[in-house]
Amino acid sequence: MIAPVDGTPTVESHALNQKQFVTFWVNEQLMGIPVGIVQEVLNPQTIASVPLAPREIAGLLNLRGQIVTAINLRRRLGLPDYSQSEGSMNVVLRYRGESFSLLVDSVGDVLDIAEMPIEAPPRTISSTWKAYTEGVVRLEKNLLLLLNVTAILAIGGPLKSEHSPMEPRP
Amino acid sequence: MDEDILQEFLAESWENLAQLDTEVVALEKEPSNSPLLASIFRTIHTIKGTCGFLGFEHLGKVAHATENVLGKMRDGELDVTNEAISLVLDGVDTIKHLLETIEKTQAEPELDTSALIHKLDLLASLSSPVSQPRHAPALTSTQPHALSGESTSNQPVNFQRPESTGERNTESMSPANAVTSSAPVVSANTSKAAEVDPGSNRTGKPATLATASNGTNGESDSESEGRRSAAVDLSIRVNVEVLDKLMNLVGELVLTRNQLLQMVRGEDESRFQVPVTHLNRVTTDLQEGVMKTRMQPIGNAWSKLPRLVRDLSQVTSKQIELEMHGAETELDRTVLDAIKDPLTHMVRNSADHGIEKAEIRRKQGKAESGTIRLKAFHEGGHVIIHVEDDGAGIHVERVRQKVLEKGLATESDLAHLSEEEILQFIFLPGFSTAETVTSVSGRGVGMDVVRTAIERIGGTVELRSQWGQGTTIRIKIPLTLAIISALVVSSSGQSFAIPQLGIVELVRLSVDDLIRIEKIHDQRIFRLRDRLLPLLRLSDALKLPSLPPDNEGDMSIVVVQVGDEQFGLIVDEVFDTQEIVVKPLGSILKDLRVYQGTTILGDGRVIMILDVAGTAAALGGTASRTQRELRNLQQDAANGENDKTSLLLFSTPHQETMAVPLGLVARLEEFSLKQIEQVGEQLVVQYRGDLLPLIPIRGNSRDVQRLDPQPVVVFSDNSRMMGLMVNKIEDIIEETITIRMQGKRPGVFGTTVVGGKATEIIDIQHYLTQANPHWFHREDERNRLRVLAIDDSPFFRQLLQTAIEADGHKIITASGGHQAQQIIERGEQFDVIICDIEMPEMTGCEFAQWYCRRDQQKQSSLIAMTSLLGEEHRQRILKSGFDHFLAKFNPQELSSSMAQICRMQPHSGVSA
Repeated sequence: MIAPVDGTPTVESHALNQKQFVTFWVNEQLMGIPVGIVQEVLNPQTIASVPLAPREIAGLLNLRGQIVTAINLRRRLGLPDYSQSEGSMNVVLRYRGESFSLLVDSVGDVLDIAEMPIEAPPRTISSTWKAYTEGVVRLEKNLLLLLNVTAILAIGGPLKSEHSPMEPRP
Repeated sequence: MDEDILQEFLAESWENLAQLDTEVVALEKEPSNSPLLASIFRTIHTIKGTCGFLGFEHLGKVAHATENVLGKMRDGELDVTNEAISLVLDGVDTIKHLLETIEKTQAEPELDTSALIHKLDLLASLSSPVSQPRHAPALTSTQPHALSGESTSNQPVNFQRPESTGERNTESMSPANAVTSSAPVVSANTSKAAEVDPGSNRTGKPATLATASNGTNGESDSESEGRRSAAVDLSIRVNVEVLDKLMNLVGELVLTRNQLLQMVRGEDESRFQVPVTHLNRVTTDLQEGVMKTRMQPIGNAWSKLPRLVRDLSQVTSKQIELEMHGAETELDRTVLDAIKDPLTHMVRNSADHGIEKAEIRRKQGKAESGTIRLKAFHEGGHVIIHVEDDGAGIHVERVRQKVLEKGLATESDLAHLSEEEILQFIFLPGFSTAETVTSVSGRGVGMDVVRTAIERIGGTVELRSQWGQGTTIRIKIPLTLAIISALVVSSSGQSFAIPQLGIVELVRLSVDDLIRIEKIHDQRIFRLRDRLLPLLRLSDALKLPSLPPDNEGDMSIVVVQVGDEQFGLIVDEVFDTQEIVVKPLGSILKDLRVYQGTTILGDGRVIMILDVAGTAAALGGTASRTQRELRNLQQDAANGENDKTSLLLFSTPHQETMAVPLGLVARLEEFSLKQIEQVGEQLVVQYRGDLLPLIPIRGNSRDVQRLDPQPVVVFSDNSRMMGLMVNKIEDIIEETITIRMQGKRPGVFGTTVVGGKATEIIDIQHYLTQANPHWFHREDERNRLRVLAIDDSPFFRQLLQTAIEADGHKIITASGGHQAQQIIERGEQFDVIICDIEMPEMTGCEFAQWYCRRDQQKQSSLIAMTSLLGEEHRQRILKSGFDHFLAKFNPQELSSSMAQICRMQPHSGVSA
């Protein structure tokens, strides 16, 4: 079991005081999530589709015997599907005792933004995007969008707070 | 305080208390069972002792007071009465309550226990209850008979275990029981044999460990020490979470093993072959071992029931005995947890609604005391649990009424259901037949919850009940949920697992078999032996893209069971059966009812495990509804069998489809346009040396659309003929005819439904008269008979009328026996009475008997006209007074019978 021994960190508590972010590209936009919840990054994987699942769900993948729910981040953000033949990268994260994989176009560096201010998302972006965005960091060349993981994972209603049986109880 | 010690204390106390309820109730039944009493005494004593050690003052006091009462009972100074037992149980409840609070808060609550302690002390102070019954009122003012030796109408619950726990004591050392067996009562077979009896531990839990080496001193404080050490020797207490984790890890191991096996398969030379084979064996053993650690005897889920039944018998003033068989049957703890509440509910239902009061039972000649029987046993990888009672049973009529009242089904729906099927409505939400809402049950929540809980773990529930005899509920549940046997199938190129538990059989279809798939409306059905099996395409249920039609060639039907219904799931391919590890679905996918979970195959592929019931529901409408509809159709077919008529279907120039009974049709012909001549207004064709008048189905001859060749339906009657010009002959079908609407325009007799379409049936008489206005006027008046035709079907009356009038006879029709009686009572006389046999209100036979009694001379010939063929019917019908027996419906036969009657009745006294 790959679950962190000391319990799973929650985004709420870590997103803003944690200053290291795993970054990735989606539709030429740089995005990031806190490094603390990221379990690993994987090359394109075989993903088993789940008929009748919400369309944002790409399917399930087998990560060393662990079932991971893969989320098509492009669809989640209302973007067109990724057309590159090499397939999407997987950013596997652990959230409330469950594993998810965010399908992204490509993966960037881990950035330390301790010295940089996090700003509110600009008013002009769509309300959907605003809900998915925790904040924006102005990098030298790009804007880094910090994703609100809770919102991203709330597909088909808010995430159930129940712990899965694999989760070690506090 | 050391938390570990506290946890240990709590866990041990809970186990002891769980068994205490059962024991105390058993004691009430058998007041003289001193070993039992001793066991109870010791349990309380242990709790008391530990309390003092941990400094729980209230708990200690309650335990002490309870122990005192038990001590007096044990020493024979106090009688074991209902009331005394009630008080002891109150004490036990208070102890439980205190423990609960301690568990939550780690501290004792501020609870006023003085009243209870006072009562207990008072009871203990009564040294000889038989001689001092007057003390009773002091105890509780509401129970005037408290403590007296008189028994009230409430018989205590009898708790029987058929097998002695004796021989199982050795079994209980297996690891499977280690989880629960950590706080054993140590039986000593060396000293104090009178006090300890292996059979005294009646819970059926493996909490009894017999050790010959540990002599115990029943009352000294050292006893608990001795016990603890004995327990440590043979078993340890393991946190369930640890076991769960272990189970998960084994699951992973099984998967890895499967992967390895796949890799070395076919590589006989591989040097991994031997170690992998070994790994395989070890993994299998390990899997079984770990599964065993999670197994618990079902008795654990039953331990609360004796107390429950006892309390219920007091509240409801009934005499109820509870029997338990097979308490040692083991199942996985998750399954056990899942069935605990449903079982309690069912037993409560039996006690409250099932078992009748003693006086009612006596009147019905039953034993005064009712019995609830729990049975558990293994059967082919499943655990079967029966909850039986010998009570009142369920009144099917009342269920039926309730179903109607609540609008759960219509009258006609119910008409087709067997009693057993109607009973299953009890499992629908909001259903309760209890006439009054009692404090115990009958609030309309219940059996649906039971069914849901059981079905959630892949089990099934069946209910059987006989009014006045009792009710039996049969539950079938899987042994474990973590690893199941499943069939791997594919549909549209994707694989799925179907739990073996729900699969009834597999049917493989070749291309030739495909024709056996039929359609009723949009529903595919398959004739499987004597049944009609509704079919669902898995790819439709899951909205998968369908593959090109060349894949339609071969396919398989997986016949699955959902509740008490079956349906067939069409899949493209069936692979093998595998042991798969069920992995729960993530939070986002949990709501998809079509899946039970997911699993990883040996090759690492992730596939979904189908939830059969959910899949059926995904296609809209549950399988059960489909099945019910089918049953209705079958039923209709069965009922209608006798009344099926062959119909000729043809289309008219207006593209309508119309029908005519085939029995009236002489021939079907086609004439070329050249052959058709016009004589005045009339179209004719030369036909068999005669002229055949042709009548258009609609309109007059002039504006008939000319067809070449022209299809014609020929009707003939001896020397006369008539041809009906139609557009096209469509079909000949067998159909039950129910006239839905009487014809409004000339030439149409009425409308019926043929193959789901409204179809008009032509009034042949209309056309016959059109062809020859004198068709029905015979010159030969001598041979005219007066006929009474009785048939409940307007259609057949019409048919008879046409046929008989065509023969030149006079006919009056009646729609039933009663109407016919009125006609005859009016004084009308007939030469012939033609009567249907199967009629509502009065059957043909009844009518014949009535007629024969009324008219001894029997002026009329009675002809039975029926589709009930066979010698047996024939004999019965002729016996009731009929002279002739004709099959329904053959006009020629009818005609010749009539002619015969004419000859036999030359007097023909009846005038026209």
